[in-house]
Amino acid sequence: MMIYPCDPVFFISLALMAICALWAVMATDLLKSAIALALTSVCLSLTMFLLSSPLAAVFELSVCAGLITVIFISAISMIKPEGNDRKEDLVFRKNRRLKKYLPLPFLLVVVGIMLRMIQIDMPALPVADALPVSLSEVMWDERRVDLAGQAIIILVGVFGVVVLFKEYMKQKECEK
Amino acid sequence: MITFFIALPLLVVLILNLLPRKQADALSFWCGMALTVVSGIYVLMAPRPMTSDFDPVNLVLNWKIVTSDLTAVMLISIALVVFSAFWVGRYLLEDENRQFIFNNLLLLCMVGMNGVVFSQDLFTLYVFLEIVGASSFILIALERTKAGLEGAFKYILLSFVATVLILSSVAMLFMVCGSLDYEAVRICLTSGTLDENTSRFVLFAVGLFAAGLLIKGGMVPFHGWLPDAYSSAPTPVSVLLGGIVTKAAGIFTLIQLVRNVFVFEGVSPVLLVIGTVSIAVGAFAAMGQSNFKRLLAYSSISQIGYIIVGLGSGHIIGIVGAILHLFNHSVFKTLLFVNAAAVEKQSGTVEMDKLGGLSNKMPVTGFASVLGFLSAAGIPPLSGFWSKVLIVVGLWKAGAPMAAIIAILLSLITLAYFLSVQRKVFFGKLASGLEGVKEADFRVLVPTILLVLITLVIGLTFPWLFDTFLVPLESFL
Repeated sequence: MMIYPCDPVFFISLALMAICALWAVMATDLLKSAIALALTSVCLSLTMFLLSSPLAAVFELSVCAGLITVIFISAISMIKPEGNDRKEDLVFRKNRRLKKYLPLPFLLVVVGIMLRMIQIDMPALPVADALPVSLSEVMWDERRVDLAGQAIIILVGVFGVVVLFKEYMKQKECEK
Repeated sequence: MITFFIALPLLVVLILNLLPRKQADALSFWCGMALTVVSGIYVLMAPRPMTSDFDPVNLVLNWKIVTSDLTAVMLISIALVVFSAFWVGRYLLEDENRQFIFNNLLLLCMVGMNGVVFSQDLFTLYVFLEIVGASSFILIALERTKAGLEGAFKYILLSFVATVLILSSVAMLFMVCGSLDYEAVRICLTSGTLDENTSRFVLFAVGLFAAGLLIKGGMVPFHGWLPDAYSSAPTPVSVLLGGIVTKAAGIFTLIQLVRNVFVFEGVSPVLLVIGTVSIAVGAFAAMGQSNFKRLLAYSSISQIGYIIVGLGSGHIIGIVGAILHLFNHSVFKTLLFVNAAAVEKQSGTVEMDKLGGLSNKMPVTGFASVLGFLSAAGIPPLSGFWSKVLIVVGLWKAGAPMAAIIAILLSLITLAYFLSVQRKVFFGKLASGLEGVKEADFRVLVPTILLVLITLVIGLTFPWLFDTFLVPLESFL
């Protein structure tokens, strides 16, 4: 499936990516922020796939939406905040962040339009012979071992959450 | 092969987590034991080169496996260290739930390390490196102590830096070669078709990859995470980290890629400098430590420096010495961490100022410790001596006499600080409060005796090993 960069689907995926990225920096909960970052990666993967680069899309999906999210969530489990923040403080911080980061997606769009207007002469990259075209073909036929590896890392992440988060909550309950 | 080294441990983890907890707790240790023993025996008995053509799991995974004797050395080292870590975990971790999680994570970490060894693709390598990194990070934080969490955090932060470097390099190499398969990248880089600018770009990408691996291997100047992670982790985890993790994730991969994928030949001044500085920094920093585990951590930096120097010599003897030292270091460093575990459990501390005269109370541990220290310092006829001799000869033959002289002199520093530790912990007058200390039980003595035997046997049978070990490795090189 070849979608040209002027196709609406392409712009929708870009817009979704910008919204998710904004959510990632706006979220006051680190866990939600990590999930938003993973969604940003999913949108970026979709964009890459729409640009006929399925292998790069799979790599992006594996790395950012899969592995790094697992590690982030494990790490966040270690530094779970106490939850003592006042509501007013949270709202204040949220507004401050909104002011800080809201212009960024617009800036991104402006830069994108400018780059489209300027003719950049980039050398074509060498393309491997018989590059697979569909996502499933890449995932299953080309990167089957990586898929298994990613399943293992998710399992590791589950243990991470059990060890670091669940035990912490249990400890907190006992203290209460 | 894939069945034994990847699928079976994974299946065991899944089954254990489906069983009722009480049965699973008891089974997890014995399953881990059986897996490490079977995989160790499999590597020793399997015909060379090992193949996965008729492997039932590989019919599904379709993993292209290329094995060499270096692969076999790594697989045996992994099985040996994980075997020891299982015993030490059973000995030190009193909470059954924690022991169960430790055993599961240990198996997953083993799967990750085996995957790193089998990888024949740069991205697959990255995926398995992340499995090792994530499981190690959770293991370091297992006891949720402040020091453990701090050590784990430092580890994960530097691991992220390494990830960024490795992934950037992978992307660059993919741009140039259009594939990430080791063989395809090797052909692409050695075909002589790359123009000058692309060659510089490739060199930059290779540098990024090597820097990422050096972070994972804990080499100077990327060693900041290592002493904290080793010393703050629960001791069974220190056994694993010190014994094999940094080697599988960093050093083995570096050897594999430098020799087989990026194909660097001749003396590598960058590796020689990094290796020599690591030997020196690790040795001098170790001298100033009062914590037994922290000292062993700095000593690891120094010993891995020898492996890097051997690799940097580019000479066949130096590289074979590096590979032998990689195995030897796994053995004697695991032995020393197992001893540290015994001392910690029996005396309640690893602070050397509070210890002394333990060899009368713990004769087996004391003897094993002397043997481990002497092997690490390169005293004949122990195994560490032979690998260091090969590295020094390799350096000399490669035309790097200064590096050879520095390596010999710093080996004396190693001997000095290890003898000082031995005197502080095991010799001299019994420290007050340690009157009731007894020898560790069989859970620590089993791996201790096994590792002592390996150290002795390799040292004493080296002339035979020279023919059976050096010659096959030549085919890898």
